[in-house]
Amino acid sequence: MKKGIAEILEARGDAKRDSLIPILQEIQENEGFLSQRAIAEVGRRLGIPTSKIYGVATFYNQFRFEPKGKYHIQVCRGTACHVLGSATVLDKLEKLLKAKAGQTTRDGMFSIEVVACIGACGLAPVININGNFHAKVTEQSLVEIIENLKNKEV
Amino acid sequence: MNIEVNNKIFEAKAGETILDVMNRNGIKVPTLCHMKNYFPSGACRMCVVEHENTGRLVTSCSYPVEEGMKVKTHTTRVIEARKMIVELLLSNHPDDCLYCVRNGNCTLQDLAVEHHVTERRVSGVKNNFNKDLSSPSITRDPDKCILCGRCVRVCEEVMGVSAIDYINRGSKTLIGTSFNKGLNTSSCVNCGQCIMVCPTGALSEKCHLNEIQMALNNPSKKVVIQYAPAISVSLAEEFGMEPGRDVNGIMNAALRKIGFDYVFDTSFSADLTIMEESAELIHRITNNGPLPLITSCCPAWVKYAEEFSVDFLPNVSSCKSPQQMLGAIIKSYFAEKIATKPEDIYSVSIMPCTAKKFEAQREDMTHQGITDVDAVMTTRELAQLIRLYGVDMHNIDPEMTDSPHGIRSSAGKLFGGSGGVMEAALRTAYFKLTGKELTEFKIHAVRGLTGRKETQIRIGDLQLGIAVVSGLQNAKILLDEIRDGRNDIHFIEIMACPGGCIAGGGQHIGADESAIMSRLKSLYDIDDRDSIKVSHKNPEVIELYEKFLGEPLGHKSHDLLHTEYKKRDVPL
Repeated sequence: MKKGIAEILEARGDAKRDSLIPILQEIQENEGFLSQRAIAEVGRRLGIPTSKIYGVATFYNQFRFEPKGKYHIQVCRGTACHVLGSATVLDKLEKLLKAKAGQTTRDGMFSIEVVACIGACGLAPVININGNFHAKVTEQSLVEIIENLKNKEV
Repeated sequence: MNIEVNNKIFEAKAGETILDVMNRNGIKVPTLCHMKNYFPSGACRMCVVEHENTGRLVTSCSYPVEEGMKVKTHTTRVIEARKMIVELLLSNHPDDCLYCVRNGNCTLQDLAVEHHVTERRVSGVKNNFNKDLSSPSITRDPDKCILCGRCVRVCEEVMGVSAIDYINRGSKTLIGTSFNKGLNTSSCVNCGQCIMVCPTGALSEKCHLNEIQMALNNPSKKVVIQYAPAISVSLAEEFGMEPGRDVNGIMNAALRKIGFDYVFDTSFSADLTIMEESAELIHRITNNGPLPLITSCCPAWVKYAEEFSVDFLPNVSSCKSPQQMLGAIIKSYFAEKIATKPEDIYSVSIMPCTAKKFEAQREDMTHQGITDVDAVMTTRELAQLIRLYGVDMHNIDPEMTDSPHGIRSSAGKLFGGSGGVMEAALRTAYFKLTGKELTEFKIHAVRGLTGRKETQIRIGDLQLGIAVVSGLQNAKILLDEIRDGRNDIHFIEIMACPGGCIAGGGQHIGADESAIMSRLKSLYDIDDRDSIKVSHKNPEVIELYEKFLGEPLGHKSHDLLHTEYKKRDVPL
């Protein structure tokens, strides 16, 4: 079951500054991202300025500040994928969707996340869309994949 | 304990850093992120020295002394390392020094010269961030930022605001506000202390010089100028004169040469503020509060209160600051006097402060759609304007200010330093309550640069607890004590900048503590010298009440000189 921010903070009544990251993780797990409201709420509870929390959260790749899109695309940037051109794939994807890694498209349809290694090096370069893996992605196949998803929605 | 630096033995105390020992003994190593009296960060690594016992380069600003330690400060290896650090800092820097507001007064530039950086050995991808022009007071250019973190530390440790921090990681790191939004929607109180510690041009004041020049060139505008009490004792340093020298008369003459039609002194309206504020204090004492009364002259503190201390807003004096009081008087009483429409007056103020730029554009600082103060320039901008108009500050005859807002008491002048508002207010409150003047005007307990001063004062049969704090972190501590039930304090002066306006965020960059002390001493000397030492004896203030305002806290005063505050919804 999903838990609200208040509930998460309530459950950690005596939390101090050092619980900041676990709290942020739990909020992201439940809400899918860290909203400004959530950060302000956590700041009030732990007595940490929001600028500091935002600083900590942006330090780590795992936190997002926008809700996930309907299609959440993870682009693997592990070594094997990198060698086989994942940088070009990511670049192409960002251009196609007009959104950067960590962002969500304006229509809320797609979001991009860069991940380290998915553990599917044999399929490199690989992307994962809502649990479906797409192997040996090229710029061309990427266009097709995105087109297919867009067509599904029309 | 003894340590050896460059083959010489020096005494050191446990807990000191290598830099502490070197500074004490006149050994100079370059520093960049280091700030005196702050916890060391070791971020920039400019201050590296060779630790001979381990063979490593260590940052002297953060490395604690050890018994028997041997250090070399200027070996080839150390000098090469420092030079490389400068070159790397320059590698992604815009390199547009000639177009930079800090050209000629930049630590990075100085270090490049010092280390003889004359060729581009490292060229990296240049920073390409957006400038943040959103704030009415402070402009941020992250391209020029070298991530030393001095602004972050001053904002957190001195101001207790923490509007900015490091964002992201590694090569993508930048300094920014919560959610990387514009400074105008952050908790920034516009004090400008970040500008004072920035070693480069990444932070600067929002410049109003263009607008001011346009007004000066507009024949249909009467351009009126007022300057804050702290300006005349701070400006000298911008022109290479000794710190603390009072250049009031020279400044008056310079302003007229530039073309300002009327030269007024904000210390006059500081006296006016005292008339209103002492009346407010007495009113609150005789009408059961709310107490403590807290001063409202400092716009950075006022914004801080609206964000962080909403529970104290009823305690903040409803008096506008002297800048805004004079602004309102100029466009009402004075406009009438010279038979000019308020909209044909362009009102400029010179302030030691960046938050005053914000204050001047607050919604409530207007009258019938006309702004009370049109443009605000800092001490630095004034110096720039004087140079631009070719005025030779070393060869000019002093002149007087203009009537009817040019005479001040020395109490009004004291506003420039921490404790000054308190001292001036008490002098007048004493007279109003007892009908007699104080026998000793100097209130030593509130003088000096200390961040927090407290004392008890007896006025007739009234025992008054007073506190003076500067640096908003100190204010926070005091307010927390009052929240926890302290009730022996009745009147508080709060200034955001440590030491008050003489150390404001619009002042000459690069002044050390002794220069700031000289400015303060200069204010005290003026107070010793002058004949009018109390605000209520300022003849022009008396005349203003007789001819226009009526009485303190009266109807007209309420309309022109008082304001109100409300909670601001910003991410804290």
